[in-house]
Amino acid sequence: MGKKILLEHINVPGIETFDGYRKQGGYTAVEKALKTMTPEEVVEEVKKSGVRGRGGAGFPMGMKWSFLAKPEGVPRYLVCNADESEPGTFKDHYLMKHIPHLLIEGMIVSSFALGANKSFIYVRGELMYVIHILERAIEEAKAKGFLGKNILGSGYDLELIVQPGGGAYICGEETALLESLEGKRGNPRNKPPFPAVKGLYQSPTVVNNVESIATTPWIINNGGDAYAAVGIGRSTGTKLISASGHIKKPGVYEIELGVPVEEFIYSDEWCGGIRDGHYLKAVVAGGSSVPILPANLILKLANGEPRLMTYESLSDGGFQTGTMLGSGGFIVFDETACIVRNTWNFSRFYHHESCGQCSPCREGTGWMEKVLHRIEHGHGHMHDIDLLVDVARKIEGNTICPLGDAAAWPVASAIRHFREEFEWHVTHPQEATQPGAVYKGEMALV
Amino acid sequence: MTTETQNTVQFTPERLAKAKEIIARYPEGKQKSALLPLLHVAQEQWGWLSPEVMDYVARMLDIQPIEVYEVATFYTMFHLDPVGKHVIEYCRTGPCCLMGGEEVYAYLKQKLGINAGETTADGLFTLKEVECLAACGMGPVFQIREKYYTHLTNERVDEIISDLSK
Repeated sequence: MGKKILLEHINVPGIETFDGYRKQGGYTAVEKALKTMTPEEVVEEVKKSGVRGRGGAGFPMGMKWSFLAKPEGVPRYLVCNADESEPGTFKDHYLMKHIPHLLIEGMIVSSFALGANKSFIYVRGELMYVIHILERAIEEAKAKGFLGKNILGSGYDLELIVQPGGGAYICGEETALLESLEGKRGNPRNKPPFPAVKGLYQSPTVVNNVESIATTPWIINNGGDAYAAVGIGRSTGTKLISASGHIKKPGVYEIELGVPVEEFIYSDEWCGGIRDGHYLKAVVAGGSSVPILPANLILKLANGEPRLMTYESLSDGGFQTGTMLGSGGFIVFDETACIVRNTWNFSRFYHHESCGQCSPCREGTGWMEKVLHRIEHGHGHMHDIDLLVDVARKIEGNTICPLGDAAAWPVASAIRHFREEFEWHVTHPQEATQPGAVYKGEMALV
Repeated sequence: MTTETQNTVQFTPERLAKAKEIIARYPEGKQKSALLPLLHVAQEQWGWLSPEVMDYVARMLDIQPIEVYEVATFYTMFHLDPVGKHVIEYCRTGPCCLMGGEEVYAYLKQKLGINAGETTADGLFTLKEVECLAACGMGPVFQIREKYYTHLTNERVDEIISDLSK
């Protein structure tokens, strides 16, 4: 399962330059699309590919494109979401840094398909050095006639703008991102209207993740059907996985969707297994927001079959025994990791990053952080555990944007699968607050 | 604000040219989109965003000062108080902590003799805690301006602080 669609040439020296990228077949998709295809035909290929949003939501990209309203005389926008901030996720950072022209080429093809003449790449402000890399790449592409007016004599004009964020996780939510791009606080918008109808500057807008846009050159060159032939079922193509935590080889890996989770963790091609002398305790498979699963459930479905790295297999069993592929932020925990401490850490994150618009999220994330803090620090009560479940339930589904759900799920799932560990913190406060102390009771280690 | 202070807050000629180029990127009437980029340019010049600097940016974009304040206070990258020469933005989020981030952080605080939000007496270092920097596979991580410092250990911290203290 070594199929590479995005990272095939990542190690070629000079791939970050226009010439280096061009030598590996770069920008042929722009030539093909602009010279031989209509925008509708490009959309059709992307639809056929079945590629799903790689930022976390997994919504089919071609379908999202087909929702774009096209009123006469109103500009349309494509905005690339490069606000990568989900804990455990660093694939877009890697891709943009090493192979910036892949994103630029994808932006040209995608903008052409959508009829956008001014497109934006919104990059989290912390990645200012990556912004400079992208700006250099844009200058190069412009100098070679692949951006600007009348690209390759096709009559199609495109200007690409790289926009820095200012440090706010919430701007990864597409409507918050648009607010930010308009120079405002990143408060998510009520929907409808959806961005496809009223987005940037109240004009029809598509927002796509970096990795999603980067698939389009390959899809145009090889056809949507060829892309759909990679992967399994409705999980077509490849996915970048950001692997971190207690593994031998942390890093960004491109996998064909369908690789067994066990193989991904233990094969030398990818994570290389758990660090020496330790055992697998738990995994957060798709970025901090998705439910954490204990070792036995991440490796196998409830019915005992191997779990695969696909949208469907990871979510098999719902939240009782499953999780989500999410952004592909794959965080691995060995037996030295304290689930309570990690859950408190994640809760602090969501509390810090809540924009404050919706009461359930603004207040609830703070309550969860406080309650988890006291359990972790030896002042918890037994009823605090159910209190957390209750608060999480009351945030979930009751907010304008998915940050509320994202804050609730890690807490609810940690208690669902590791309740004994929370109870131990309450019943053994002295022991549990020693530096490096971890619950050592019965659990499934692999 | 007096005319006098208005005149003292000015971008350098290079930054002024850069600011004008940024403002021209957006469609007619949408110049407010330049706000975040301009605040980054301003912070690069002055190190932090004083009310006078924010007012200057407001005038440049022809928007109300409050529109700048509300944005500058929302985004965590903008410093609203003077900072030291090097602002260390230390990642405190889960994946970095799994790699020993908390232990290295404790060492760094002890070494500098300051807590988060404080600046060393010599004005060299300000310490700030930040959330995930999208470098989880290289943790523990901190950032100083545009540079990422990865795979931190106590020894690495010693080296970095010593280099930056020269």
